[in-house]
Amino acid sequence: MELQQRPHGDAGATGVPSQAPSPQQAPLLQPAAVALGGLDITFHLEGGNRYQAVTGIDLSVSAGELVSVVGPTGCGKSTLLNAAAGLLTPSAGTVTIFGKPLSGLNRRAGYLFQQDALMPWKTALDNVKVALEPMGVPDAEADKRARDWLARVGLRAFVDRYPHMLSGGQRKRVALAQMLIRDPEILLMDEPFGPLDAQTRQIMGNLLLDLWSKDRKALIFVTHDLEEAIALSDRVVVMSAGPAAGIVADYKVPLPRPRDIAEIRLEKAFHEIHRDIWASLRVEVQKAYAMGEGKELVEGAAS
Amino acid sequence: MNRVKLLVLQALVMVVALAIWHVVTTTSLFGDVKTTQFFFSTPIDVLARTWRQLTGTEIYWHLGITLTETVLAFVIGSAAGILFGFAFARNALLAAVFDPYIKAANALPRVVLAPIFALWFGLGIWSKVALGFTLVFFIVFFNVYQGVREVSPTVLANARMLGMNERQLFKHVYWPSALTWMFSSLHTSVGFALVGAVVGEYLGSSAGLGYKIHEAESVFDVTGVFSGMLILAIFVIAIDSFVTMVEKRLLVWRPGQSSTTT
Repeated sequence: MELQQRPHGDAGATGVPSQAPSPQQAPLLQPAAVALGGLDITFHLEGGNRYQAVTGIDLSVSAGELVSVVGPTGCGKSTLLNAAAGLLTPSAGTVTIFGKPLSGLNRRAGYLFQQDALMPWKTALDNVKVALEPMGVPDAEADKRARDWLARVGLRAFVDRYPHMLSGGQRKRVALAQMLIRDPEILLMDEPFGPLDAQTRQIMGNLLLDLWSKDRKALIFVTHDLEEAIALSDRVVVMSAGPAAGIVADYKVPLPRPRDIAEIRLEKAFHEIHRDIWASLRVEVQKAYAMGEGKELVEGAAS
Repeated sequence: MNRVKLLVLQALVMVVALAIWHVVTTTSLFGDVKTTQFFFSTPIDVLARTWRQLTGTEIYWHLGITLTETVLAFVIGSAAGILFGFAFARNALLAAVFDPYIKAANALPRVVLAPIFALWFGLGIWSKVALGFTLVFFIVFFNVYQGVREVSPTVLANARMLGMNERQLFKHVYWPSALTWMFSSLHTSVGFALVGAVVGEYLGSSAGLGYKIHEAESVFDVTGVFSGMLILAIFVIAIDSFVTMVEKRLLVWRPGQSSTTT
């Protein structure tokens, strides 16, 4: 996949400083931040085989909404996110960003990856700073803003560390700062706290909620941890087991904000929601296990 | 094992080896002393000759020539290796078309080219630079090629999502990654640049360390040969520790910082 042109038509030289929302975005009838319609993604494997990852996905996320996507391992949650980011072109269906069809990379989105995505040859500060370079921010200002963001994620004392000198949680904080400093209108997160230990996950979850609640962007959070999903989200979407995974349920989470990830889990309302969602998620998890992890790839290709 | 003990043992190896050499060449245990000295010289003679050379001025002129050739071969070879490495890694067709030729050229023992280079570039430094170049180029080329191809897809996707254009991707992702791979082979490529220079001098020249050794050999001056080898060894160790220093500076961001060897 090659780097594509700016999708939202602000034709001009690359490195145009303004990333401001375009004026067409009328506040009266605001279209969904991300809308996936009839999405179908099929991978062409080596040897001519095909693997249909997801099919018939309809999902709409409004501005200011935090939606979690849960599902069994290998159900294509990340695939969905990659399609919304423009990293992957769907085989069929549409991806619409604020009412405009997406072509190429989604320039209005920030992406937080599950794996380490920091440049290992740059210090924490430079990793965050470099995110402003495509926007044409002058160096001195970029430096100031990057330091500010690192302080906001609690890494004031670690600006000069290289990624390998930081813990897993600290690296995620840097990645979070790197993503948020660009002030993207849509946030996409692919099991970002997956590799972290339980306590660190809670701390990171609270940090995320804290940062998100300041300006409430549209946020799609992919996870396999249902508790994490409920604690964070306004809505939880359940996906079926792959191959050809689809959305099987969509739950609202009417818990009040601000929330504390650790404490909200103890509340009665939380348990009720959890019970409801788990009822539909369990079926899919069991299906996935029955198929045998990894085996479904082969079977899917054969069918 | 502690450091002192290790140093003592290392020194012991040298002392024992020199002692054996000394005994063999200065006593008549193994035949006529004059004959053994003709073939093997003596450690004291070699050390004395080396000392005399190192305190003189002539040897530094030769070292200067060899160093110039080494540096030129390294710089030009690296530059070409980086250029072609990038071009091939970013252009699959180019890489596919030239693949068999690159492999064939790399399989060729470069020493056989030395006489041709002498013919083309004369007996001055440029024929040695050319020989060193053919050695350095392939090492750097393969490493840069690998470095660009093996950029972590996540790091790349992330950089794209940050809105980087091709030029910025090059500057922040491909270039540092390729340099890492190149630096990890720094010892090898600098070493080969030196090999190219010395072998080239040895095969035909009028100056340089290789020339000095060859000159001593042609008059059966074994002391001169050994002394030349000793100076060469000191020279290589000096260059290698310089490279290690540079490497440590450049690769601070790398975990474990183990120095890479050939």
